[in-house]
Amino acid sequence: MNIIEVKKLTKKFGDFTAVNGISFSVKKGEVFGFLGPNGAGKTTTINMLTGLAKPSAGEIRIAGYDGSKEIKKVQQIIGIVPDESNLYDEMSGLDNLLFCASLYGMKKEVREKRAKELLEQFSLADTGKRPFKAYSKGMKRKLTIAAGIIHHPAILFLDEPTTGIDVESARQIRRLIKELNAQGTTIFLTTHYIEEAERLCHRLGFIVAGKVIKVSEVQALMEEAQQENVVEFRTEPNGLDLEKKLVRVFPKIRIKASTGHSIRITSQEPIELMPFMKFFAQEGIKVSEAKIIRPSLEDVFVKITGIGIDKLKKEKEGKRR
Amino acid sequence: MNKLMAFWSILTKDMKNYYLKPPNISWGIIFPISWTLMFFIKSDSTVDLRQILPGVMALSILFGTTSMLAVTITFERKSRSFERLLLAPISLNLLMLAKTTGAIFFGIINAFIPLLFASLMIDLSGINWLTTFLGVVLIAVTSTFLGLLIAVSVSEVFEAQTFSNFFRFPMMFLCGLFIPLEKLPVFLQPLSYVLPLTYGADLLKFAINSAGSIRLWVSLLVLIGYALVLFLISTHNIKRKWIY
Ligand SMILES: Nc1ncnc2c1ncn2[C@@H]1O[C@H](COP(=O)(O)OP(=O)(O)OP(=O)(O)O)[C@@H](O)[C@H]1O
Ligand SMILES: [Mg+2]
Repeated sequence: MNIIEVKKLTKKFGDFTAVNGISFSVKKGEVFGFLGPNGAGKTTTINMLTGLAKPSAGEIRIAGYDGSKEIKKVQQIIGIVPDESNLYDEMSGLDNLLFCASLYGMKKEVREKRAKELLEQFSLADTGKRPFKAYSKGMKRKLTIAAGIIHHPAILFLDEPTTGIDVESARQIRRLIKELNAQGTTIFLTTHYIEEAERLCHRLGFIVAGKVIKVSEVQALMEEAQQENVVEFRTEPNGLDLEKKLVRVFPKIRIKASTGHSIRITSQEPIELMPFMKFFAQEGIKVSEAKIIRPSLEDVFVKITGIGIDKLKKEKEGKRR
Repeated sequence: MNKLMAFWSILTKDMKNYYLKPPNISWGIIFPISWTLMFFIKSDSTVDLRQILPGVMALSILFGTTSMLAVTITFERKSRSFERLLLAPISLNLLMLAKTTGAIFFGIINAFIPLLFASLMIDLSGINWLTTFLGVVLIAVTSTFLGLLIAVSVSEVFEAQTFSNFFRFPMMFLCGLFIPLEKLPVFLQPLSYVLPLTYGADLLKFAINSAGSIRLWVSLLVLIGYALVLFLISTHNIKRKWIY
């Protein structure tokens, strides 16, 4: 069942089209990832889905509600974690959570219990009394997530949940997202991080320059990329000589000496290892390692979007200082 | 019930975070006090004191309310926490009422500071308290919503302050408090009748000194009308600009 249904959604800012007629759907209970470079339109899409921006055209349905006419009903069942914290600087972590809970009509005893629980869960219990502005970046992000889930939303929107925070906090957040999902929360997240998308998401949408170029299951994407078989041998000694010899002996197979001491073999057919091992033995070459190279989601992304992975990575580093 | 809870917690949060914070308390309280002192010291007879009271009250409200909105709205908008409120499952009208009710209370309290001072110095008998209270509330509501309109029209806190003065100072001189409307240059008089404070001040003059020159029900209607229009334009602007 689709819990989010988007049809031909468009957002224009003047002459500029930030989101250009995108259509996709999110299934109930899945983790759906929106992957794309800076300025692709990820945040704009989230804003339209959550009621912070008005679509220029197109249709949104969330949990059966009309995304524009019934947005207040939608907002009751969604949680939103924006890319930058939007909590109150002067208020303590605990007060921030209590305030957010009350916006959703949670009773005093209920919200107090829930807030304490969340502070505990996010290892923020000791700092719950500190003003939000005194929190570190990672703590801020965690509290913002806590505020987003305090009312047990059915759908959680996360805009770049791990950008700009340290590895350990990021890992903690990812674990949390998985737990939430396991408990039945549908997750919609955006990210720059391919590894994150690969690790967390069931399905992915690639968005570039306001267009969704592909929506697919992560599993299927990987299989699609697995069109070639690649084996890499770590050998000694090594060199151009070896490469030439190999090419002569195995004419049908693509062979490349990739670094000084490894050699990469690519073929459309499954690669049989024995003939190679025999060859190496005859030539008196030591093989210390042989590994099968699987395609990564990175390769898939580059192939589909035509965007270099370096570019995607470099962009995210410059952000949010 | 849910909505009421949201309303109440937005209101109390603003009270705790802004209205009861030392800088704002002092700004809010010192301002009417200094107005009061300034005018009371200048006036030498006790009759004068009572004449000037409606004006001081009206200005205390005007300055108290309009300056608060720059903080509760413009500042929160700038720090993005206002987005959280826009994303909450409460209607924009209720949200904006919650955001302005604090300022309205603040304005009402501000009005009673000069009154308290005056009560120590002069006899206040003969005041129509009901009308006074009604006048105070209506001036507080109207000037709060004027502050709201200004706060949603700008993006920086200082702009909100500057822009408020653009309205406040002309109103001070044109509303008939210190210079009677009849004595204003003829070409300025129509302008006076466009300003909401003129009606509020007249209402207070009527209540305190039985001296108004505009019919009571006209003043009431005009103030209520102003409040409604200012509120509607403000929410419309928010829908247009902040839910972009
Ligand atoms: N309010 C606005 N007015 C004008 N242009 C805007 C506005 N908001 C976003 N844009 C433009 O729309 C495009 C998409 O922006 P958006 O923030 O959705 O990208 P994003 O995918 O979230 O990028 P990032 O990874 O940097 O967060 C950008 O070119 C941006 O400059
Ligand atoms: Mg973004």
